[in-house]
Amino acid sequence: MLTAKLISLEQVEEIIGLVAKVYGFDFSGYSRASIKRRIVRIMLMKQVTVFELKSQIINDSGFFEEFLQEITVNVTEMFRDPGFFKALREKVLPYLSTYPRIKVWNAGCSTGEELYSFAILLAEENLYDRSFLYGTDINPLVLETAKRGIYDLKKMKQNSENYIASGSIRSLANYYVAHYDAVSINSSLKKNTLFSMHNLVTDGVFNEFQIISCRNVLIYFTVELQERVLNLFYESLCPLGFLCLGSKEFLRNEELARKFRVIDKIENIYQKIE
Amino acid sequence: MNKEALYIVSKIKIAEILLIGCSAGGFSIIYDLVLNFPENFPLPVLIVIHRSRKYKSLIEEQLNLNSKLKVKMAEDKEQIKKGIVYFAPPDYHLLVEEGGSLSLDYSEPVLFCRPAIDATFQSAADVYKEKVIAVLLSGANEDGAEGIAYVSELNGLTVVQDPDFAEMRTMPQAAIEKANVDLILNNLQITELMNEINQVKNLLE
Repeated sequence: MLTAKLISLEQVEEIIGLVAKVYGFDFSGYSRASIKRRIVRIMLMKQVTVFELKSQIINDSGFFEEFLQEITVNVTEMFRDPGFFKALREKVLPYLSTYPRIKVWNAGCSTGEELYSFAILLAEENLYDRSFLYGTDINPLVLETAKRGIYDLKKMKQNSENYIASGSIRSLANYYVAHYDAVSINSSLKKNTLFSMHNLVTDGVFNEFQIISCRNVLIYFTVELQERVLNLFYESLCPLGFLCLGSKEFLRNEELARKFRVIDKIENIYQKIE
Repeated sequence: MNKEALYIVSKIKIAEILLIGCSAGGFSIIYDLVLNFPENFPLPVLIVIHRSRKYKSLIEEQLNLNSKLKVKMAEDKEQIKKGIVYFAPPDYHLLVEEGGSLSLDYSEPVLFCRPAIDATFQSAADVYKEKVIAVLLSGANEDGAEGIAYVSELNGLTVVQDPDFAEMRTMPQAAIEKANVDLILNNLQITELMNEINQVKNLLE
């Protein structure tokens, strides 16, 4: 069986239209090739045809919840791109250490690994007590995982390697407790965090932040939607606030790019200057 | 010209994109192919090779210095253009979008591979349909077989390195078993095919 044959791009359009109509979730600004791969994945997991997929989306809200969970990519790691966290530690946090309050927005936080990486970094620089970290995602089920902060032990090897490569001299094991085949993030890293639903496509500004980190989310959006979201981040940053994008994401729009200064070109860290 | 050769030429005539995938044992032939492309090679080229994100890779830089075509790492939402060879960045899937632009994707690895050859071949076939030429070379796993089969299904031209000539035969072998491949070629024949693509397309321009 050829998996790519399960659904055509035209049928992908139909599914996007259906989801918008029935549930109000707008995926029209998502890159189609990625969305098709996600839908194929769902069809294989659920063993359904396009016809069955459509009727289940319409008739079964429980099915739709699972659909929503799988339609977005939730692959993440702690300290993913160690060079980014090194740059954050060396170039951004010293600057913020003069601030009385540090509010961080991790947009598209998925299961929370990146937000807890930020929390660890802030704690190590003695900034955690005056920080507050918001993690948002479109997907309520990943937010539940993020809130619990319980992860597969098997993933900690890669996470630890990343953490060490980010220039830390401690051990990641200081920040979690292992039980059998899972680890639980220390509650001290959870106290100043809030995970909640936010849809970058439709929702607006909800606070003012010193750091916004949104990494490997924009790649799933069309150029138009990327622009909308980047403007939302601009509006949500305090003057001289920092914007962190994924290693393959950048400020394409020149008008917007002029309002930022490049802090780290390789790790894509920007500062709002205007 | 015999019937088979006519069929191949008819496929080359309509082609709009060239895809190449390889893994272990395929790097040296990729080098040779890229350096062999003439300045006016008529198709954009997407190349997916399996490589680790742990080490900085200089493949694009090196090839760009010595190739007649521009060689670069593919960027998100970049428009695909003739005269450019795009490499999939390490640790991202490289996808083709409607309208002929590229996008990157950080979803689950396929058969432990990210970038996956399958992902690029499938998405390119969805957009370019019968106008795809897909070439699969040496490799130690079965990534690419699904992609080749899908390109074939949508009537693109499929080319696989003869497993007897590949340093690692698993990948081309898997594709031959999975798909009704148009051409099974040794290294010299693959180079000749590239020259033929160049001649046929440029003659028709």
